[in-house]
Amino acid sequence: MLEATPKEIIPRKALRINPAKTCQPIGAMYAALGIHRCLPHSHGSQGCASYHRMHLTRHFRDPVMASTSSFTEGASVFGGSSNLRQAIKNIFHIYNPDVVAIHTTCLSETIGDDVPSIIRSAQELIPEGKHVIHANTPSYVGSHITGFANMTVGMVRCLAKKNNADISCRINIIPGFVEPGDIREIKRLVRLLEIPGNIFPDTSDVLDSPMTGRLNFYPEGGARVETIEASGSAEATVSLGSFSSLPAALELNVRYGVEVVSLKVPIGIEATDRFVMRLLALSGRKTPPVELAKERGRLVDLMTDTCYQYQGKRVALFGDPDLVIPMTEFLLSLGMQPVYCLTGTPGRKFVEEIKRICDRRVPDLRVEAGADLFLLHQWIKNEKVDLIIGNTYGKYISKAEGIPLVRYGFPILDRIAYPYFPNVGYGGAMRLLEKISTALLDKQDAEASDEQFELVM
Amino acid sequence: MRQIAIYGKGGIGKSTTMQNTVAALTELGKHILVVGCDPKADSTRLLLHGLAQKTVLDTLREEGEDVELDIIIKEGFGGVRCVESGGPEPGVGCAGRGIITAINLLESLGAYTEDLDFIFYDVLGDVVCGGFAMPIREGKAREIYIVASGEMMALYAANNICKGIKKFASGGARLGGIICNSRKVNNELELLTAFAGKLGSQLVQFIPRDNVVQRAEINKKTVIDYDPREKQAEVYRDLANNILGNEKFVVPNPLQEEELESLLMEFGLVGV
Repeated sequence: MLEATPKEIIPRKALRINPAKTCQPIGAMYAALGIHRCLPHSHGSQGCASYHRMHLTRHFRDPVMASTSSFTEGASVFGGSSNLRQAIKNIFHIYNPDVVAIHTTCLSETIGDDVPSIIRSAQELIPEGKHVIHANTPSYVGSHITGFANMTVGMVRCLAKKNNADISCRINIIPGFVEPGDIREIKRLVRLLEIPGNIFPDTSDVLDSPMTGRLNFYPEGGARVETIEASGSAEATVSLGSFSSLPAALELNVRYGVEVVSLKVPIGIEATDRFVMRLLALSGRKTPPVELAKERGRLVDLMTDTCYQYQGKRVALFGDPDLVIPMTEFLLSLGMQPVYCLTGTPGRKFVEEIKRICDRRVPDLRVEAGADLFLLHQWIKNEKVDLIIGNTYGKYISKAEGIPLVRYGFPILDRIAYPYFPNVGYGGAMRLLEKISTALLDKQDAEASDEQFELVM
Repeated sequence: MRQIAIYGKGGIGKSTTMQNTVAALTELGKHILVVGCDPKADSTRLLLHGLAQKTVLDTLREEGEDVELDIIIKEGFGGVRCVESGGPEPGVGCAGRGIITAINLLESLGAYTEDLDFIFYDVLGDVVCGGFAMPIREGKAREIYIVASGEMMALYAANNICKGIKKFASGGARLGGIICNSRKVNNELELLTAFAGKLGSQLVQFIPRDNVVQRAEINKKTVIDYDPREKQAEVYRDLANNILGNEKFVVPNPLQEEELESLLMEFGLVGV
């Protein structure tokens, strides 16, 4: 399918082939779904909203609700103000959410609609006790990760308050663009560490809600508005992932002086260790809970038992920066060689961080931000790898080159259950390790001659 | 920190007036950032002694999204920090979006430092689309001055701009006054005073026509820079002081077309 990809790499500026990212509004929509009873609203033409809903639905295999300002030619000429006013009125009248989270699109951004002024002038249309929040998300800037970050900042700007009377919220946790299963696991870790923490946005029990036989337009999950309101009075904000979560933590710091604790998404043993130890320090306890220590012990046991299966293997890794960075670290912990690290999201910080992590341990390292899968394929053609780790879009390279693919990141459109099981924490690391080993051993089996076909591996 | 936006019909002398006023403000020890919001990128020419500026959008196009602040900010006369947003060549692209992009970038790069007393936005022509209103969105310029003259089209444009300001009034945008850059039209002072009054605002300064402005411009300088003893330099100092001490900020009442025309009839035809 991709046999025609040339080996020779020519510098490109104005052309991306098979991008490794998607639209800002997809991230904004996903973040907004992490608020309880929130309806994401796309301020633009209908096609945007349809595509973004569909993309999320294909990954989560759950319905994704969102409304749109339904721009026509008229709105592009005269501005989207009247569409948005009408939309706010209709949404509260018909769908009755607690929060409407408006994100912009390329069209409304180019027209220059000033969404906050429009919302302010539509105050009389917003029922008592309901909220309208917003974020600017032009797709021609950044990626879906930028959109996620912008909407999370929007939550802080529009909802967070400083209310010293409320001391129930000690720390905020911003989990980043991770799966509902990951968020559930992060919440479990926080509970185990006995630290009163509030997490937002929280898509667990929203995009993995159980089948009950009844249609529930607004599922049970999602961060409560009060939780986000209270974030301004917390002691600290733990932001997981510097691309998707740090901007909101910084906003809380600038506005309310909440301390920023910037960590990686706890994927792999080192990042999870740091997450646990940092939270432990915040909780004031000295030693981690026994249960966690045991989980870690099991992971270390598995790593050492099976190291011959994966050690030294060369990996091409691509996806969102906050997921690729800790995965790179984990692969190094396993003694693997993450030779190619690539993200579609622009940002020099990604390149610097990957180089810092790999230091001199990966002599063949190639790393690029704001790049595409075509380039990744070219790298692979020039020097083969044993394994590809990335989202579903990696399957074409995988097939063309006969290299196994471990599905990791967003979106996973061709395998089931990905959003349910965590990648984070010690358990998540065990699961990732299982997938990596299985992929390598499956290939070995498939290609083994009869004499080499082993029962015990 | 006061954020000020200058609007007015194309060619009316916004950039010249703004730069001369800024030069006068530097004499008073003020720290100023000038943001040129014109694709021609000529809003800071007199302060920088030429078009030395690399625009924000050119930098963005060439360097990608990781732009450094010191590449796009240049220091000019009296320590004024100058930025040109830049934009597309005539006939292509979207200049309005250019302004949005440039201002967002300046904000995220931290160009708006605490030590600044003033930020001036010099905006091209009319508020023709959403992008040109970017400088007066919430949290940005709350003070707007419109440069006009006694010519009919300049007043039409000024009136139109007032409609834009009214739209953004909920975000805090207010009209600080009209600046008359004289074209030696009959009864110009009276006409502009009456016009400003009808808008509910004031005439902050009448700038008489003086060829020294032209001479200074050819030398790529503001009048204050070129010859601080000139009479015209004093006019710009007055304007700077009037802006400094201004306390009258209003939501303007744009005139109906008939009103505007009868105003022109009343003043424009006297003494003919």
